[in-house]
Amino acid sequence: MADTTRRTGLHDLHVELGARMVPFAGWDMPVQFPMGVMAEHLHTRENAGLFDVSHMGQVFVRPLDGNIQTAALALETLIPANVLDLAPGRQRYGLFTNEQGGILDDLMFANRGDHFLLVVNAACADQDIAHLRTLDGVAIEPVTDRGLVALQGPRSAGVLERLIPATVEMRFMDSLSFDWQGHDLWISRSGYTGEDGFEISVPDAALEDFARALLDQPEVAPIGLGARDSLRLEAGMPLYGHDMDPDVTPAQAALGWSIPKARRNGGARAGGFPGADAVLAELDAGAATTRRGLRPEGRAPIREGVTLFADQTGDAPLGTVRSGGFGPSVGGPVAMAIIDASLPEGATIWAELRGKRVPVTITALPFVTPSYKR
Amino acid sequence: MLKYTDDHEWLRAEGDEIVVGITKHASEQLGDVVFIELPEEGTDVIAGDEIVVIESVKAASDITAPVGGTITAVNTALADAPGDVNADPMAAWFFRIKPADPAAIEGFMDEAAYKALVD
Repeated sequence: MADTTRRTGLHDLHVELGARMVPFAGWDMPVQFPMGVMAEHLHTRENAGLFDVSHMGQVFVRPLDGNIQTAALALETLIPANVLDLAPGRQRYGLFTNEQGGILDDLMFANRGDHFLLVVNAACADQDIAHLRTLDGVAIEPVTDRGLVALQGPRSAGVLERLIPATVEMRFMDSLSFDWQGHDLWISRSGYTGEDGFEISVPDAALEDFARALLDQPEVAPIGLGARDSLRLEAGMPLYGHDMDPDVTPAQAALGWSIPKARRNGGARAGGFPGADAVLAELDAGAATTRRGLRPEGRAPIREGVTLFADQTGDAPLGTVRSGGFGPSVGGPVAMAIIDASLPEGATIWAELRGKRVPVTITALPFVTPSYKR
Repeated sequence: MLKYTDDHEWLRAEGDEIVVGITKHASEQLGDVVFIELPEEGTDVIAGDEIVVIESVKAASDITAPVGGTITAVNTALADAPGDVNADPMAAWFFRIKPADPAAIEGFMDEAAYKALVD
């Protein structure tokens, strides 16, 4: 398989920095650096972490008639979000749904004035592009000459300001272009850690130099996929393919917040996306099961696939853990599962771990308080 | 006498007992250890029994009994400080076992053979 595994523009830098590389969604990616997952996680929460997310798909959606509203309305036929009212220079989170109302992928979309820029999951990128190409009136252009890095953590704004002073003005979910040493960088104030931070699209020609310029700052350390996963888990953020998939609806994934009033029943542009009837009816009625936070007692993590039960002895499962591990900032194990929405926070359920039932408390998400710059 | 297993455990003979831990190589492969479940003292085990669970930030793994015998002591301090396994793996012992066969340790690798295995 080695011959089909893709490398990002930062591959050689990762190796130089001592990363342990693993295959991930068809890419050879750093899972951890010599600092280790635990320290990388804590470093990001306290300082600034640099993540290579170049494996993610960047895609332009351009209106053929030159009118950005044409592209917005086309995207609204696939994504139950308010694309039309998104201002230039702003970004939102959204979902691609299927005819059954399940989730095909989650994504970020940014209004860049005369076109949209989408960032989609690596594993879904080919499928998403094919899906987008069913749209009329727009050109779908995968961005193939850029990498993507994320700078995350409370010190990231100060670091980035040193390199690109104008970024200090950015607010959460702004998405703007900046010049860095003659290169056009597309920067959004967003991320996947629960911390303030930035996601930065960099031309291939400048990618390694830019990453090195960030790593030269004393606050910045390279962070691998291992810590990326524990950071997003503590932040209560779902991971595609785990917390959501084609059999999970937006309400079940607790992502109803991404579907605004305008697209819901009674809204100005209600429905009109795949699976709308099912998705909107479920949002009106409330989902029977939804994504919940879980705190196991003790220190043993409950990981993906662990079966959950309502009581210590019963046979009827409540569901299975979809994401789970140790939360370094929480100082204990944390997990998420799609289970009975009516169980109150604080209720005890049970996880079957190595043949024993371990008590687990249903907990509000996120596990850590986000620190976005609104 | 210090010996090593194919499963990256170190075995140290002390009197008629064997002290068991995992090697630096194993601890590096596991990553940060966050949870350890130890066997009960007094348990009789056979070689290959999975008697210790180690959870790292990445995955769960088992440590097997290198030889058959009786568990005579476990390092309960590790339950509260599992990170000791990463900080000093040669000091972070998991359990002591009294082997049924007093000569059982002799069949394992010496340090030179183990180094050849992991390098």
